[in-house]
Amino acid sequence: MNAFKTLALVAAAAFAGATAIASDNFATLRDGAIAQEKDAPRFAKVENNDIKRKRAYPMQPPTIPHKIDGYQVDLNVNRCMACHSRRVTEATQAPMVSVTHYMDRDGNFLADVSPRRYFCQQCHVTQTDARPVLANEFVDIDELLQGR
Amino acid sequence: MKALLLKYWRVISGPSKHYSLGFLTMGGFVMGVIFWGGFNTAMEFTNTEVFCTSCHENLYAELQDTVHFTNRSGVRAICSSCHVPHDWTDKIARKMQASKEVFAWMTGSISTPEKFEARRLTLAEREWHRLKANDSLECRNCHQFDYMDFTAQSQRAVNMHSTALAGGDKTCIDCHKGIAHRLPDMSGVDMAGLD
Repeated sequence: MNAFKTLALVAAAAFAGATAIASDNFATLRDGAIAQEKDAPRFAKVENNDIKRKRAYPMQPPTIPHKIDGYQVDLNVNRCMACHSRRVTEATQAPMVSVTHYMDRDGNFLADVSPRRYFCQQCHVTQTDARPVLANEFVDIDELLQGR
Repeated sequence: MKALLLKYWRVISGPSKHYSLGFLTMGGFVMGVIFWGGFNTAMEFTNTEVFCTSCHENLYAELQDTVHFTNRSGVRAICSSCHVPHDWTDKIARKMQASKEVFAWMTGSISTPEKFEARRLTLAEREWHRLKANDSLECRNCHQFDYMDFTAQSQRAVNMHSTALAGGDKTCIDCHKGIAHRLPDMSGVDMAGLD
């Protein structure tokens, strides 16, 4: 009987906790009741201005400043390399993929892009005009050093 | 056999015994309309999406992901928009070539997706060569260079279109391969149209 009472108390406490969270507007990002299906936000527009963005830190993979809709990157073909490979950059004036992409993991240089670097979008992504849901608190290393 | 042919020749070369000149003229006219219209209708049917996709349904599935199928303004291309010339004489010539493809279909030379993938580069190269030879005519049926607004294009598109394309050094298909289909194994194929 005692055990049953304890169990009931625990359950009640858990329920109270859950309602407390709900009333604290825990779901603010969602902006709506939990049981209600919200309209999906509009698709954000992909930046297509061909202007290089500043890198947030030296090793950051550069972002893609253009649309890549329908670009095929698979076993058959890598559409990105149609402009960014070493051979064609003079004609296309696109930045050549960095030399690190031509190295295998032992530091040997290869004739073509290393298989481990083949899928561009593992690191390089397009940017959109979507409004960030949360503010970005990233601090640039220069500001961080100055503030010391 | 010879006697039979001679008999028919006599009938055809002789004047009409029972039918008036007016009837024969009008009849010839009406039948001409029916046969010519029927021929063209049948040929146009072979240009429809229904006809193409009755075999090439895998290609139709690929097309549906692309901008030539769905886009913001709802203008779209069907198979024949790009793969069949629009002018009548050129169209007839292409249709006659296509009769070989009917033979290939009957013999089942590309009867499975695997056989198709194995042959895909060869088939694609045929179309690239055709478009290269006619200066990408089927692209230009819609995408007319004279009416391109460079200010509405992205900077890198302008860089290419205002130089290589404007100068006639390159044609659409040199750079825009695989825009409506998945590309085959492109190792060794010049993707940027440099060669």
